[in-house]
Amino acid sequence: MAKPHITFHESQPAKAQGLLAWLHIDLPLMIALLLLVGIGLAILFSAGDKEMVLLQKQLIRLGFGFAVMVVLAQIHPDNFRRWSPWLYGLGILFLVSVILFGELGKGAQRWLDLGFVRFQPSEMFKLTLPMLIAWYLAEQRLPPSPSRLIAAALFTVLPVVLIAKQPDLGTALLVGSGGAFALFLAGISWRLIAVGGVLMAAMGPLAWYLMHDYQRQRVLTFLNPESDPLGTGYHIIQSKIAIGSGGISGKGWLNGTQSHLEFLPERHTDFIFAVISEEFGLVGVVALLMLYLFIILRGLYIASQAQDTFGRILAGALSLIFFVYLFVNAGMVTGLLPVVGVPLPLISYGGTSLVTILASFGILMSIQTHKKLLPT
Amino acid sequence: MPQSSLKDYLHESQLFLGRAIVSGTLVILALAVLVGRLFFLQIENHEHFTTLSQDNRVKLEPLPPTRGLIFDRNGAILAQNLPAYSLEIIPEKTKNLTETIEQISEIISITEDDIQRFHRLRKQRKRFDSIPIRVRLQEDEVARIAVHRHRFPGVDVNATLLRDYPQGLQTAHLLGYVGRINEKELQLIDTSNYSGTDFIGKNGVEKSYESLLHGDVGLQQVEVNAKGRVLRVLENQPPQPGNNLQLFLDMRLQSIALEALGEYNGAVVAIDVETGGVLTMVSKPGYNPNLFVEGISSRDYRALEDSPDNPLFNRAIRGQYPPGSTVKPFIGLAGLEYDVVGFYQETYCPGYYQLPGKDHKYRDWKKWGHGKVDMATGIIESCDVYYYELARTLGIDRLYEFLTGFGFGIPSRVDLDGELSGLMPSREWKQSKRREPWYPGETLIVGIGQGYFLATPLQLASATATLANRGHRIRPRVVATIEGPDGEKRDSPLIEDVLHQLDPEHWNQVIDAMTQVVEGQRGTARSIYTSNYRIAGKTGTAQVFSIKQDEEYDEETVAKRKRDHALFVAFAPVESPKIAIAVVVENGGHGGSVAAPIARKVMDRYLVDTPPAN
Repeated sequence: MAKPHITFHESQPAKAQGLLAWLHIDLPLMIALLLLVGIGLAILFSAGDKEMVLLQKQLIRLGFGFAVMVVLAQIHPDNFRRWSPWLYGLGILFLVSVILFGELGKGAQRWLDLGFVRFQPSEMFKLTLPMLIAWYLAEQRLPPSPSRLIAAALFTVLPVVLIAKQPDLGTALLVGSGGAFALFLAGISWRLIAVGGVLMAAMGPLAWYLMHDYQRQRVLTFLNPESDPLGTGYHIIQSKIAIGSGGISGKGWLNGTQSHLEFLPERHTDFIFAVISEEFGLVGVVALLMLYLFIILRGLYIASQAQDTFGRILAGALSLIFFVYLFVNAGMVTGLLPVVGVPLPLISYGGTSLVTILASFGILMSIQTHKKLLPT
Repeated sequence: MPQSSLKDYLHESQLFLGRAIVSGTLVILALAVLVGRLFFLQIENHEHFTTLSQDNRVKLEPLPPTRGLIFDRNGAILAQNLPAYSLEIIPEKTKNLTETIEQISEIISITEDDIQRFHRLRKQRKRFDSIPIRVRLQEDEVARIAVHRHRFPGVDVNATLLRDYPQGLQTAHLLGYVGRINEKELQLIDTSNYSGTDFIGKNGVEKSYESLLHGDVGLQQVEVNAKGRVLRVLENQPPQPGNNLQLFLDMRLQSIALEALGEYNGAVVAIDVETGGVLTMVSKPGYNPNLFVEGISSRDYRALEDSPDNPLFNRAIRGQYPPGSTVKPFIGLAGLEYDVVGFYQETYCPGYYQLPGKDHKYRDWKKWGHGKVDMATGIIESCDVYYYELARTLGIDRLYEFLTGFGFGIPSRVDLDGELSGLMPSREWKQSKRREPWYPGETLIVGIGQGYFLATPLQLASATATLANRGHRIRPRVVATIEGPDGEKRDSPLIEDVLHQLDPEHWNQVIDAMTQVVEGQRGTARSIYTSNYRIAGKTGTAQVFSIKQDEEYDEETVAKRKRDHALFVAFAPVESPKIAIAVVVENGGHGGSVAAPIARKVMDRYLVDTPPAN
């Protein structure tokens, strides 16, 4: 049985706003995203040593990402809810096939080649896992019953383990946090959260045991970067030098010595945050973080304004995943967290993650702009 | 919608709002931690990281000075610096050294010797040093390497200046050579001044004048990228090139002396009588000093080391030969000066000499004797018996005192490293070295320059120059002028060591006799007589191995290496001496017939031939 969809506008539509509303675009979010992407391109221009090809490729990706965003914004959230178990199941299928084919290949295999397109199935879980949890928990009243909770936890652990096995620690972390946030927002009790925290801490040694050598090395290097200044510690040491030498106001755009003289590795991808810090200083980075904060808070606001539980949990979880991107990347680059391959969202060069993130904002906009009139 | 459902909805909405607010707060807190971290890095430790960033990008590079050039007295170049390409490897930057070398050898030729030298150098240097695997690359080899360079990290072609000795073996012993600085030398040098320098003088003038030739290192501050490539120069303090040296050496004389030695080994030293300047210093056989610059292969080195001819040995200052009869004029002078004999006083020579009460016969080279012999005849015909008698009369103490005054037995203190002092025996020497008293028979042998008596060719030339100078003993020197990097020239100092105040008549008498050696009918060196200028000389023959009593010395049957050394000392022109010369021809036989003509050729070149216009 199809439900009637009635959209409404909160204010009197001006002409431009009318077009945006018709396109299901959330204006504050859109402006913030465009601003962030613009800043990102300017920094990429500097970090990539004025390489125009790099900018062009990034622009194409961004164009595609925004297109995906706009398309998803048109889809009613109810459709996402309906599709979520199927999308989740399809994702698991893809992940398993990646692992099967991955065993034939050597080393880490994250890509699935469908002949006409290559994509990372793990990426889609950043969207589909929160969707599934939101769908599953929204079926009953909140907070969820213990049995539902256990089921939801299993739904989360399954893809996380499969992704971590690829191995892709960064994505596993993001996907896992997406599931955890969905559960948290669904209102599980603080006692359970405390128990979960203790369990996580206890899992530490187990995780260590399950880790690959290079992952262990990263953790060790994180704990003491100077122990291996030429090897894995080099990234972190050079990144800290870049950030620290930036000072309050930075060395100026295109004038970062650490990045332009190639001391900073991965400067246009995972370590681009250090380039920003070096060239624009503390003032510039804090301004950037404020922009990120605005986007996250806008996402949480959209979530709180959502009309149903599914929309609320999904919008909240997606906003918080975006935050995890930012925090894990900035934490890694500043030496607060171990080196985990997570890009700085919407600024780092390349990656499927760019499309995934913009897709998640498409879903957020869809939740914000498709609202039913409530029965009085 | 039922009431409970709406209540649930409100409850859920409130629950979510609470969680959203908690999330938002946590996000803000986390970002605050991040900002705190940034504050710690960018404000509190800003200076520390700025320093590290500067250290990263700014490198202090030494600029090695250009080594000074060496010229002969006529301006002919003896040592220069030629640009050369070398292929160098930084072991630290290569993944697999053996494999890299193997792959490079498919592109350009790398011999087993090259690889050996590379590994030898590698042991002496640090892992991050650039070590040459091939030197003097051809242009096409440089091009081929350039094409494949991306395949070999840590491998690079460097343009350097390599020391070059255009005269090759002719000047090998005198100039010496430069080679790569070894660990022992590293302890001795000022490492900061040598920080950009690979080579150091190992021998000869190159070693003795190292501090003047080297110059002072310059420094430049450069901005480098992470790969160490220099992007721009921030500050430049240019190096001070080394001093150029002009030697007294006359290449024309050097060439003719070497050529004149022919198939023989030996040494020729000629000294400018007025200045003590070394006009010629030949040691034969020589070697190619250019081989040592880039590091000689161990095979080549072994060949030089093991050669019975000992080519690496500088005979001119390290070869210690019995001076033989060349000392007779000096002993004659001693006899006159100590007034134990008159110039015209005669002795009878029966062909041998016996100490009173002893059976042992000290032979004269002329088996049947010279008959009646005075001092002049003793010099002209080189009568041994006359000098046995004179030596006995003088005694070893007076011989020692007088001959050391001419520099026998003491280093000449020429401006070259490694000079040996020869040996002027004395009672004290024998007591301390041999733990034996001095025997009278040993004095006799000293009288004819044999026995323990040893002198280097340089000492012989210097003593002859002192004789020509009538007692002014001028210290021999190789370097004439030192030209600083600013073009300012200064002369090396003329040092007069001892002044022999002898009766002028005695000088004249002995020098006359030496003149008759060349000009007299019976002179032992009459074959080199020339009407162009007058020569005063003395032949000598040094026994290499002793002949038993009553045994004949037959030149034909004695193995070549056991044949006598032929010696000749001379100076010319007699009236105003310009050149003093000593020639030692190893296993040459007679001084008069073998050594004297060599001296004549050198003196002709110096006194008769006009020097090249310069």
